[in-house]
Amino acid sequence: MRIENLNKSNHPSFLNPSNGSGRGLSKRIIPCLDIKDGRTVKGINFESIRDAGDPVELAILYSENGADELVFLDITATIEKRKTLVELVKRIAANINIPFTVGGGISSVEDVALLLQNGADKVSVNTAAFKNPSLLKQLSNEFGSQCVVLAIDTKKEADGEWYVYLNGGRTKTDTKTIEWAKEAVALGAGEILLTSMNNDGTKNGFALDITAQLSSSLPVPVIASGGAGSMEHFKEVFDTGKADAALAASIFHYKEIEILALKKYLSDNHVRVRLY
Amino acid sequence: MVAIIKYNAGNVQSVQYALQRIGVDSIVTDDVASIEGADKVIFPGVGHANAAMQYLRERQLDQLIVSLKQPVLGICLGLQLMCKHSEEGDTNCLGIFDEPVKLFPTSLTADQKIPQIGWNNIYDYHSTLFSGINENEFVYTVHSYYAALGAATVATTDYIIPYSAALEKDNFYAVQFHPEKSGKVGEQILKNFIIIS
Repeated sequence: MRIENLNKSNHPSFLNPSNGSGRGLSKRIIPCLDIKDGRTVKGINFESIRDAGDPVELAILYSENGADELVFLDITATIEKRKTLVELVKRIAANINIPFTVGGGISSVEDVALLLQNGADKVSVNTAAFKNPSLLKQLSNEFGSQCVVLAIDTKKEADGEWYVYLNGGRTKTDTKTIEWAKEAVALGAGEILLTSMNNDGTKNGFALDITAQLSSSLPVPVIASGGAGSMEHFKEVFDTGKADAALAASIFHYKEIEILALKKYLSDNHVRVRLY
Repeated sequence: MVAIIKYNAGNVQSVQYALQRIGVDSIVTDDVASIEGADKVIFPGVGHANAAMQYLRERQLDQLIVSLKQPVLGICLGLQLMCKHSEEGDTNCLGIFDEPVKLFPTSLTADQKIPQIGWNNIYDYHSTLFSGINENEFVYTVHSYYAALGAATVATTDYIIPYSAALEKDNFYAVQFHPEKSGKVGEQILKNFIIIS
């Protein structure tokens, strides 16, 4: 039923979106779960859930505690065992009420169709897209670029340039990250998930320079990953790194940083985040 | 029973799961009799306006949707298809709402990307869809095109410019954001739709 103003307010209709208050798109905080054979890996320690190895239980916990989105990275090696991933995606979709991305070893339109049909909101592709860039075009034509996340593992070399690495960081290429990112977006990637291998695991902060370079020169959102160790690092990656979203794993899993406290800190420091 | 219209635009399964979580039975169908006979109809969708309209026309689902008398809820692309025309592929749509669907203009500050992906605020509600929802709550949204503000606008969001977060006219309701992915706020909006009589 159409009714007159439900909730009278006198907010100005347009406020500075870069502010911590007011209205506008918020910066996203994204926990990443590594999945192997349908189970989360790493010794994640949460006393409040029954089975810390169950990705669905963890996903629900995160969704209720301020996560804006979730990424599930499947590191299962064999094709047979990857079938458990589809079953898992179905369970996640049935149980959580925020968006989620599934990545890891995705190499074909058929792989993606199966994951999306079973409830994934987005998929992330990495090595397969680099080796066959037309995959990005096929995926965006078939499913829309909004569900195509391009993951790039990148490393700064001695020459001061950032290069693309493949196969989980094991294989170096001669392609500069900015060049590949631009090409990928032109082909249909709707978002870039950028992981700095120099920073990953250091807890010394995100790679601000390459994140800012990508975010300023690409028309699509950039998710920064690798290096988060403190709340200040998140503020930096949004302010200086110009990231649209920030992803982290262990600091959330080991509760070194609680997402709700992080968001309160960011909001107090003029970064727009979703609070509730 | 709620009928979720099945067509060539993704995201249908997520809507059914979301209804399941609030204890509502639904079927995903493109069968005319099942859709006509449902208490409520949900018209979801993520994808391209032109391809979606073509698919609906080939199956006469376009005529069916505009003729429905029960409450109908369009989501995301569903909202855009319920408007008269979309700039996406210069597509003539269903014409339930007069508000035009346009591509976001390039932002002056250049820090606002297209598509808009993420959580943004909704405000200035004029519909029972938003009963019990606080002003400026966050909802999850993913889109490059938007319905302009107009007579049918019943909620607003600001991104580059203010646009229609929700539209309503007679028995037709539509939201640009994804209630099925918008946490507790989204669940409340779906519940509000389900109890409309």
